Amino acid sequence: MRPPDPSEMPATGASNVRPRVRIQTPALAHEAAQAAANARPTDALRGSPRGEQDSALTVGREAIFDVQDLSVSYGSSQAISGVTLQIHRNLITAIIGPSGCGKTTFIRSLNRMNDSVPGFTIDGKILYHGHDIYDRGVDRVEVRRRIGMVFQRPNPFPKSIYDNVAWAPRNLKMKSGLDERVERALRGAALWDEVKDRLKDSALGLSGGQQQRLCIARAIAIQPDVLLLDEPASALDPIATAAIEELMQTLKNRYTIVIVTHNMQQAARVADRTAFFNLDASDGRRTGVLVEYGDTDVMFTRPADTRTSDYVTGRFG
Amino acid sequence: MNAPIGLTGTLPGDARSRVRSADRIGDGVLYGLCMLASLLAVVTLGAIAYKVIDGASASISQFGLGFLTHSAWRPNFGIFGAGTFLYGTAVTSFAALLLAVPLGISIGLYLSMMASRRVRGVIGPLVEMLAAIPSVILGFWGILVFGPFLQAHLEPFLHRTLGFLPIFGAPSSTGSGLFNASLILTIMVVPIIASLSRDLFLAVPQELQEGATALGATRWEVLRGVVLPSAASGVAAAAFLGLGRALGEAIAVTQVIGAGDFIHVSLFQTGDTLASRIADQYQGAATPQLVASLFYLGLILMVIGLIANIAAQWIARRFDVGRVAAR
Repeated sequence: MRPPDPSEMPATGASNVRPRVRIQTPALAHEAAQAAANARPTDALRGSPRGEQDSALTVGREAIFDVQDLSVSYGSSQAISGVTLQIHRNLITAIIGPSGCGKTTFIRSLNRMNDSVPGFTIDGKILYHGHDIYDRGVDRVEVRRRIGMVFQRPNPFPKSIYDNVAWAPRNLKMKSGLDERVERALRGAALWDEVKDRLKDSALGLSGGQQQRLCIARAIAIQPDVLLLDEPASALDPIATAAIEELMQTLKNRYTIVIVTHNMQQAARVADRTAFFNLDASDGRRTGVLVEYGDTDVMFTRPADTRTSDYVTGRFG
Repeated sequence: MNAPIGLTGTLPGDARSRVRSADRIGDGVLYGLCMLASLLAVVTLGAIAYKVIDGASASISQFGLGFLTHSAWRPNFGIFGAGTFLYGTAVTSFAALLLAVPLGISIGLYLSMMASRRVRGVIGPLVEMLAAIPSVILGFWGILVFGPFLQAHLEPFLHRTLGFLPIFGAPSSTGSGLFNASLILTIMVVPIIASLSRDLFLAVPQELQEGATALGATRWEVLRGVVLPSAASGVAAAAFLGLGRALGEAIAVTQVIGAGDFIHVSLFQTGDTLASRIADQYQGAATPQLVASLFYLGLILMVIGLIANIAAQWIARRFDVGRVAAR
């Protein structure tokens, strides 16, 4: 858990030239950000995202994803444009922003889940361990095997709990030690103790939170490299949400996690790094852009961009 | 009140209640008409069932259940048995289903999962139009075009390559026979199964398919693991609807089956189904005994249709229960 506690403000996150301000409340945080933003030339506030802030978190960490100038359109409508960012190993990276700003489009582009959407076109590069996943000859099935995904609404298969987890390993011919694999995945998703006596029961009999953890278990059963979570708790009650958030903290030791959320508190609680997307309507076309990206505590206490501070302080969005 | 404007001013109390009573009458009439229409359907069903049983009673009392297994049908000698027609019905319907189910499911999968939107918009309606061809035209085509083709090409080929199976005996002399009837029935059943299964596959939740896709499943794995199981009960019901169509189809089958009086193992020989025999002989039915026996055939057909219907519902229910509750 990482609450943006001002008394624990890391010095490392603030290597830029702005004066360091001690911040007590969100309102003050906003004022501080405003002040910082006002000190900058106006054109820096608009248009393309500014570069990432330096961070002790990312120094020496391998970048799993290197997204370069990514633009995505569906037919004639542009969903996101000019997104450049890196996602680092074993960190939780949150994507926040108002509805329609392209968060989900972005995350679904990372494992090629948008390929089947009619009219989907992509510009720019998404390098995964240095390889462009949209290169010709890249097997998207293999991409998705390594980059797992959990969706907004729990979507267990209408099969038994066991078969939900065992389905993908069976497809991938990981049949030896299947029982152990299923148990490991369910333990990894903090679900084992609740379901170990009824593995043959239908997964549809589980509660929403259990179903979502089953979906996480299903995803980690094939040992992916990255877990993409698309608003995984938005359909869950607070207790189930807390369970998922706690789970993410243990999962990040083994996986690199990218989570889309429209719940800022959630991002503040769970994420190491946060990227703020926003709708940009400056040239008459509404499109999602990356406004700011940095360490979560910096993003929530001393954002460099007024749009970020407006959003994180709840002024809009 | 002075200078009332509008209706409400002039229509207090009793006038308003008159409007209400007019409404009540309208409601009553509508209710009565709708209930009458529904009753009419029930009465018609009852009347037909009664007439069929009544008409068959003479034959039933004379031949009993032996009618079902006895295969000779010689009106001139007063000998009647449904065996040949039961066999013909079973063989043609089974063969038609055997071909139509995989074909129909394939078409449904293609239209729902694989085809581009434009292709879907063209082929989908065309497949449904196949079901709109009047069966008499299909039968006509079956006699004049399809039969000669089968006789000249497909039957000799099957006999040459798979002739060790007794069902592929010597090719027919005319092209008419159980084989032709089975294929014509297939043509009639495929669009039913195809359009129903397409709709069923389209109704499989996108979330489930995405969940499977995100687990690194190939398209085939998604189809086999998620789409087909989710739609299985509906597809089974669709197959039984198709079976109902095949069992009861009379005209087209009469045209191409060759009106044979004997049970043949080879599909290339002639035969008859319950429905086609009735369609074939009711006009020239000279003796009361023949009429009663034709009614008996009709009764058997109705019972089989009823059983198929109940079986379809039972299967659909069983699958649904299995899906919701534990496996």
